Amino acid sequence: MKETYTPLRFKENALRFIQDEKRRANLNRAIHHTLSKRIEVVSELPDWEILRQRAHDIRKEAIENIWHYIEIFEKKATENGIKVIYASDAIEARNQVLEIAKRINAKLCVKSKSMVSEEIGLREFLEENGIETVETDLGEFIVQLAGEKPSHITAPAMHKSRDEIGKLFAEKLGVEFTSIPEELTRIARGFLRDKFLNADIGISGANFLVAETGSIVIVENEGNAGLSTTLPKIHIAIAGIEKVIPRLSDLTVFFKVLGRSATAQRFTSYVSLINSPRGQKPDSPEEIYLILLDNGRTHLLKSEKLKEALYCIKCGACMLACPVYQTVGGHSYGWVYPGPIGSILASAQLGLEKATPLPFASSLCGKCHEICPVKIEIHHILVWLRHQAVEHKRTSRTEKLIFKLWLFAMKDAKIYKAGAKLLRFLKKIGIKPSLKAWSRTREFPQIAEKSFREIWEKELKN
Amino acid sequence: MKVALFIPCYIDQFFPDVGGATVKILKKFDLKIDYPLEQTCCGQPAFNSGYWSEAKVLAEKFLKIFRNYDYIVSPSASCTSMVRVFYPEILKDENTKEITAKFFELTEFLTKILRVESTEAEFNHSVAYHDSCHALRELGIKDSPRVLLRNVKKIKLLEIEDGDRCCGFGGTFAVKFPEISTEMAKSKVDNIIKTGAEFVTSTDSSCLMHIGGYMSKNGVKVKTIHIAQILANF
Repeated sequence: MKETYTPLRFKENALRFIQDEKRRANLNRAIHHTLSKRIEVVSELPDWEILRQRAHDIRKEAIENIWHYIEIFEKKATENGIKVIYASDAIEARNQVLEIAKRINAKLCVKSKSMVSEEIGLREFLEENGIETVETDLGEFIVQLAGEKPSHITAPAMHKSRDEIGKLFAEKLGVEFTSIPEELTRIARGFLRDKFLNADIGISGANFLVAETGSIVIVENEGNAGLSTTLPKIHIAIAGIEKVIPRLSDLTVFFKVLGRSATAQRFTSYVSLINSPRGQKPDSPEEIYLILLDNGRTHLLKSEKLKEALYCIKCGACMLACPVYQTVGGHSYGWVYPGPIGSILASAQLGLEKATPLPFASSLCGKCHEICPVKIEIHHILVWLRHQAVEHKRTSRTEKLIFKLWLFAMKDAKIYKAGAKLLRFLKKIGIKPSLKAWSRTREFPQIAEKSFREIWEKELKN
Repeated sequence: MKVALFIPCYIDQFFPDVGGATVKILKKFDLKIDYPLEQTCCGQPAFNSGYWSEAKVLAEKFLKIFRNYDYIVSPSASCTSMVRVFYPEILKDENTKEITAKFFELTEFLTKILRVESTEAEFNHSVAYHDSCHALRELGIKDSPRVLLRNVKKIKLLEIEDGDRCCGFGGTFAVKFPEISTEMAKSKVDNIIKTGAEFVTSTDSSCLMHIGGYMSKNGVKVKTIHIAQILANF
């Protein structure tokens, strides 16, 4: 999987997925289920569009003033006893985690779900350094056992059927095969309980960082984030700098839109607001670290167009709604954030030279924007990225030439008319220019006997 | 009222009857219409493929041609969105929006500007309506075509399941990623077949060309027809 897990292999990955009918059926069943439930829980809120606008406005305020809010957050969090560390890239962030782990001679880490840790390849890194690292989110646990990557940001194992998961558990955990979801959950829980109790470090992501109070906010459904961030002596949270929001009260808006958009839930089962280490309290870690990760995000901040992508609250709704994602699945994108928003983030964070196919892998239908709870104009940003790709010579010379010729013909109605005449002549003598990429699966229409403009001039004008 | 007609390049060359039907409808409402012969393409293929400087040349040409009309009408929501939504993105001229705001897709022009809900057409067939993405999500056109179609005599108007899902055309996307595009067409056509309709119609010949191209390659008997051709059947 590793060699093909790059945006540059998007097309061949997509082809492979399209031919895998079973995988596609699994994926589409899961998507259909979530999307139809989403309609239900969204329609309960008559002010949904107002909420979306409010969510957009708050995210805009946060991103436009990001350094201001990060400063307030850092001050508050530090006052509360949280150690805030900056990491400019993946290497720095990984090394900071390793340093803490080495200091206490850690042997075992439990991880709750965090896409940022996927982004920096943290689990693999810790394991290479001899620290056992266990994913405790059920979906992530399944993907870790299978040696795969998540295929969706909030539902990492959505490409797997329960039969496949049953077989995986039987093979890797030595249990008897079952495909009953409750049983599978019980097996995972039994395995993980022991890890929670013995872990030296708990690693988590963060859904929001509240500047006003210096709180790290995590929403989840399985209780594993709660356990990961309270049981071990040390909690390390890793968050992208864009996660900051100005006020505690902003959460009332985000809690309403996030659960509904991500998993079609009115509210997630658990919410943790982490404010400080143990001190006098009986139930928190002794130390809490927060690693604020840049990893290309300031590059997005510099661009008026790309900045908006940082409004993203990582709900994954644009993936579910995207007809391309539905057809090719998350792995095809070869990047930790798949789908429409992922295509923007990949282009910005990896650079266009490593992600060129992605902005083009969209029919620009606008479903992503329509469903986005913070109203990012994802499809318009994708077109802009295409423009950037052309400007930076990331498209083929042949294509460039075609558009030059096309412009030559379209610039002047006389040349355009002459070109059309030529096509009619070719048709008459039996030559039909064909475009294989189109006509292998679709008929191409015939050029008409007479163009509209001829008909207009001869018959309709008066 | 000075009304100009914009006929997209591919309609001009491949589907001229759609243009003819548009003229017939507009004439019915006593409009004097003009078809400036210097027009060619709105520039969308280049714009969507990232060739913005090429698109800009055509956008400037377009505005020059259509500057002096009260309204510009086109039987294509896709080209309308190119002009109304995306021209202001590539042209920094302050007056751009003044001109582009006068550009309307045919069915929205009929219902919103002329305030007409029927063309008194008759069409004795079952017809499934396909929402083009540009109509639905760039321009918010949902009711206009449906109101007009519902008032066509003898028509049986049908809705397509998952109707707001893209047919997979997407301009150059259809040839850059033919397999993905074709799979999307397949899902769309499966849902069209389920309606049992004899015809599928839309505000956009581009979607119909894609859907129709897939159907004829695969022996599906449903026929495509542009909405103007139904509305002009009087």
